[in-house]
This record gives sequence, structure tokens and C-alpha cells, in this order.
Amino acid sequence: MARSISFSEAVNEALTIAMAADENVILMGEDVAGGAQVDHLQDNEAWGGVLGVTKGLVQRFGRDRVLDTPISEAGYIGAAVGAAATGLRPVAELMFNDFIGSCLDQLMNQAAKLRYMFGGKAEVPLTIRTMHGAGFRAAAQHSQSLYALFTHIPGLKVVVPSTPADAKGLLLTSIADNDPVVFFEDKTLYNVKGEVPEGDYRIPLGKADVKREGRDLTIVAIGKQVHTALAAADTLAAQGIDVEVVDPRSLSPLDEDTILASVAKTNRLVVIDEATARCGVAADIAALVADKGFDSLDAPIKRLTGPHTPVPFSPILEDLYLPTPTKVIQTVAELLGDSSIAAAVS
Amino acid sequence: MSMVQTAKPVLTHEKALWMYRKMVEIRRFEDAVHDLFAKGKLPGFVHLYAGEEAVAVGVCAHLSEADSITSTHRGHGHCIAKGCNLDGMMAEIYGKATGLCKGKGGSMHIADLTKGMLGANGIVGGGFPLACGAALTAKRRGTNQVAVCFFGDGANNQGTFHEGLNLAAIWKLPVIFVAENNGYAEATPFTYASSCQRIADRAAAYAIPGLVVDGKDVVAVYQAAEEAVRRARSGEGPTLIECITYRNYGHFEGDAQTYKAKEERKRHLEELDAIVRFRSYLLDGGIATGEDLSRIEEEARAAVEQAIQFAEESPLPSPADLFDDVYVSY
Ligand SMILES: Cc1ncc(C[n+]2csc(CCOP(=O)(O)OP(=O)(O)O)c2C)c(N)n1
Ligand SMILES: [Mg+2]
Repeated sequence: MARSISFSEAVNEALTIAMAADENVILMGEDVAGGAQVDHLQDNEAWGGVLGVTKGLVQRFGRDRVLDTPISEAGYIGAAVGAAATGLRPVAELMFNDFIGSCLDQLMNQAAKLRYMFGGKAEVPLTIRTMHGAGFRAAAQHSQSLYALFTHIPGLKVVVPSTPADAKGLLLTSIADNDPVVFFEDKTLYNVKGEVPEGDYRIPLGKADVKREGRDLTIVAIGKQVHTALAAADTLAAQGIDVEVVDPRSLSPLDEDTILASVAKTNRLVVIDEATARCGVAADIAALVADKGFDSLDAPIKRLTGPHTPVPFSPILEDLYLPTPTKVIQTVAELLGDSSIAAAVS
Repeated sequence: MSMVQTAKPVLTHEKALWMYRKMVEIRRFEDAVHDLFAKGKLPGFVHLYAGEEAVAVGVCAHLSEADSITSTHRGHGHCIAKGCNLDGMMAEIYGKATGLCKGKGGSMHIADLTKGMLGANGIVGGGFPLACGAALTAKRRGTNQVAVCFFGDGANNQGTFHEGLNLAAIWKLPVIFVAENNGYAEATPFTYASSCQRIADRAAAYAIPGLVVDGKDVVAVYQAAEEAVRRARSGEGPTLIECITYRNYGHFEGDAQTYKAKEERKRHLEELDAIVRFRSYLLDGGIATGEDLSRIEEEARAAVEQAIQFAEESPLPSPADLFDDVYVSY
């Protein structure tokens, strides 16, 4: 049965199910429980993560399996890699994806390489959960969306869910996966609610979801931008433009077939990603369609991304940084060469 | 490692009043930010320095604008002690165009390089190597400038702490590493997260002096920093000073602080307050009069009020500012 719960609750539920099912699954990170060795603290008063996403897990599974770590990302992320290679199935939280700078080697040169470099003799069943995304007024070092960085590295899987139901099903799959997965959670989606099935269910990695079917134009959108695309699609529908919205859900592996099939049907493509454009996921998807779907295209591919700047603090600037439904509609208008579309909404 | 005790008056009247002024400015500023945040007037999240004033002030009392400091996510106090303008700071926290970083950085990234303030920092442990770099500049140029790296107890477990101390030690860099041990990193106690009894113990591993001071006694901090700055300026290399302190508010605003024991909080807020202690010290020692101090308190209050008014009346950044200060636009 599905009921409406928040993205944050969906993540929590997936962790609970995975930890209950397999005692090799452990959770580690800064304040994932909080208050380690504080005598007076009841477990139900513990933080459960900086935004409370892992609240309650320490009560249920104890501090032996919900490990607060020192602020030493290279240390504990690396330890999670080593533990994964030797029999545990750790879920390590990198609080903000921006902190990857403090521990990239352990993922890029260790976790990502072991299976291949050791001739297939190693497995690293590790999940890194990490927050990303702008719009939280958290400024340049806490607002990036760095999934392109990881997608570039062979040996890592990369997941960016957009809805609570996807988050739960994809996280369960990620934890069960025998390769390292970097699982992105947009901090501005945590309170967004949606229908989520109860119990254990798995959504395969590398399987895109068509979030809205349409005939006239394909929008591929990443993470939270799926919602921006859907809002724009509603407005465009009123003007007789039928948009298909494709959510890749995992960037590595990438479901090329679903994207190409959609473009083969609509003959037009817009890619939306709030991260910067250069060497980004939008560029990658545009290149995929240019390579393998060129014959289906009736118009040049358009990308709508964040600008090539760090994320600014001031709300007025941060709002300008992010894609919006209006910007999507303007992009679609340009693609269709029909300025009356944009004029109608501005 | 040695414990530095407050000795007989070591401060001139002028220095003492400057220190008292800075401490009170920090407290007023942070209390105001706390209230403004509660009223929903400030975007984002803020980490407040109230309670820890004696550390930033006791150390910065030895620095000039030519000296550099690196700071943390809890940076307002360092900024004020290093001479940053309150109007510009408050405007930055409001995200206004008149902010010290034109509204692009916010609370966690306030910087003013003209004052030697190399920036608050959103990355825990980000400051150690930066301070080494500033010290390297001074050393290469043969100036007698120093660099101070302020950092929290949580940061002393980052690799950059160890790499920074080692680098500073082998190159005899003019750096002072100032630990602000407030007992917690977010909700995690220092005693859990660090293997050492004292952060200062770790200095031994890098063969540099490490000392512990009562970080809520501004005179003790002042004295410890005096020797460390002297060493640095005279080419004798880095020092690690651990200041034992306490943050009066939560990790960030909105933190229920369930991990703090009630008695502990009460003792710190009511009995061990650094400003109250310094006030008594100044009065008892005849270094300042009640009138001097009341005047300073009134001026600090007015300065913070003025800063809020300035921030509120300031313009927002303009859309084109989004593309400023990057070397290429796409
Ligand atoms: C590299 C990195 N890891 C984690 C964080 C999240 N974080 C911000 S402040 C903080 C606690 C810092 O504690 P401490 O160094 O003791 O400073 P305090 O907040 O007590 O002043 C943490 C974990 C971060 N900003 N950067
Ligand atoms: Mg601390």
C-alpha cells in the first residue's frame, strides 16, 4: 500500500529496511546519531543527522551500527571503503556533497578502482549518501550539485532521485548493489511528500522513468529539476505543446535507450540540470543524443543549466542561478522558434 | 604543555578598553543576529560566536591589519576582532549589495582581505593550509607578519590539521594555530571524537610548542598569544594554543542542544561568562572605570543597531552581479 510521506521519511524508511534485513549494513557519518557518549542524552533526543533524516535509527539499531564519526571525511569514508571490501555493507554519509574535496581520493582512486584494477577480485558494496542542491541559502560551499564529477569516474554508480518513492526504491537497490554507489539527496526536496509503497521494493539502477508522456518535445531533467520541468510542462500543455519529461534517476549507469526512444518520438530535446554546464550531465546527455539520435532531431538540442559561477548566497541571486519553469518555457520557445510561447507566460 | 594563569595587570588602559569594546561588540552583534534570525529576517543559517569572545579578542589584540587570520563557519567574532566593519558584516548576513562580499558569501563566508581577514570558511579544516600559505608569503617577503588559524575542536581531526602543523613546523612558518575547544562539534563531544586528552598534546607530534589556556579568560589568552606571536615574528616558528571555551547558543540557530547538560550550560552562561569576568578584572584592578565600560557598552549597542539599520536599508544585489567576479561567462 502506498501512503504519502516525505522524501526524508522515504530515505529513513529505506535505511531501516536495509539495516533490519542485513546486519552487515551499518550507517556512519558525522552526527548520523549525534551525541555519542553523552550520558544524559536519550537516544530519541539525538539529532539523527544534521537535518534529522536518520532520526530514530540509533534507537532501533544501536550505536554499534549507527556510528558517529569525527570530522575526518578521508578517514571514515576511506574506512567505509575498506569495510566494504572486507565484508560489511556500509552506508556512509557525506553530509554535503561539497565536502568531497576532503576525501575524494578514497572514492576516486580506492572505491572506484578496486574491482577493475584487481582483475575483478574485489567488490566494494558501499553506498555514499550525500546532500546536494541550491536554493537552501547555504552559499557556495554547501549548495553544489557535483554528480557530474562522479559520473566521470568509471567504477562509481551515481543516483539522483527526484521523488520520495524513487528515493526509497533506489536507495534499497543501491545498498544491495555490490559496487560503490553515490546517492544524491537534494536538501530542498526533503520535505516534499509523495506516494510511497510500504515495505521493501527495488527500482533498478540504469532505468529512467518517464514522469510525463508527451508527443512534441522531450525534456530530460536531473533531480529536483524534474519538478521544474513538470511545472513548465503543465503551462505548455495549456498552449497546446505536449511535453514528455524523462527522469534518468541514475546517471551511471545511464538509461540511454529510454532517452533515445523519447527523442525518436518527439524529435526535440531540452536538458535541464541546475549544475553548471561545462563538462556537465546536460552536456553529456546532449552529446549522447547528438551521437546516437541525430537523425531523430528536428531542431538543435537546448540545455538549461546553472550559470558557470559558484552558487551565490543572496536569495535574489540564488533564485536567478536556478532553473525555473519560466526559464524552461523560454528555452522551449527558443527551440521551437516561437516567441509567442514565452510571451504568453511572461 | 603548560597552563597559563592570569597574572597581574599586563594590559595598558588603551589596550584593555579596546579588548573590552571588541568583546562587547561581538556579544551584541551575535545576540542581535540571534534575534533577527528568530524573527525570520535572515536567510540561510548562522553559527554564533557568543561565549567565545575572549579567544578571538585575546589573540587579535596582538595583530595589525597586515597580519592574516583564517576563520571558520563560526566566524563573526573573528571578523569583529580583526576589525571588519559591522555595517558591512551585517549587510552581508542579510545578503545585501553593500555586504563585505557584496552579498555573495553570507554569514559563513564573510571576508575582508584589506583587514587581513581571509574569510570565514564553510569547510571544517579548510583554514590550516591557507594560514600556512599566508605565513609563507610573509616569510618569503621577509616581513614580520604572522598568520593565525582559528579552528574548532572538531577540526583537529581533519587531515589538514596534521598536514598544516607539520608544514608549518618544518618550514618554521610564522603561524599561530588557535584551537577553540568549545567541547562540541555540532552534537558530538570532543571527548568522543578526539583520541587525545587535549588538542595541545598533538603539538608534540610536530615538535612545536602546545599550550592550554582558559579560553574564557581574555587576559590568559592575551598572554599566551603574546608569546606565540613573538615567536612567530622572530622566526622561531609555529605555536599551537588550545583555548577551552563554550558556545552559548546552539551549533546553528534552531539547534535544541539536547546534548548539553543543563547544569553545564547554566554554569557557563551565569558564572563563567568571559565578558562579566573581564569587566570585574578591569574594575578590580583599577584599569578602567565603570563609566568607561558603560560608555563602551552603550556605543557597542548603538553600533550594532546602526549596522542593522544599514543592512535593512541597503539595496539588494542586482541581477547582473550573478556573473561578476568569475573570469568567464557562459
Ligand atoms: C569538511 C566539512 N565536514 C563537515 C562539515 C559540517 N560541519 C560544519 S560545522 C561542524 C562542526 C564543527 O565543529 P568544531 O570544529 O568544533 O567547531 P564549532 O562549531 O564547535 O565552532 C560540522 C561537522 C563541514 N562544514 N565541512
Ligand atoms: Mg567545537
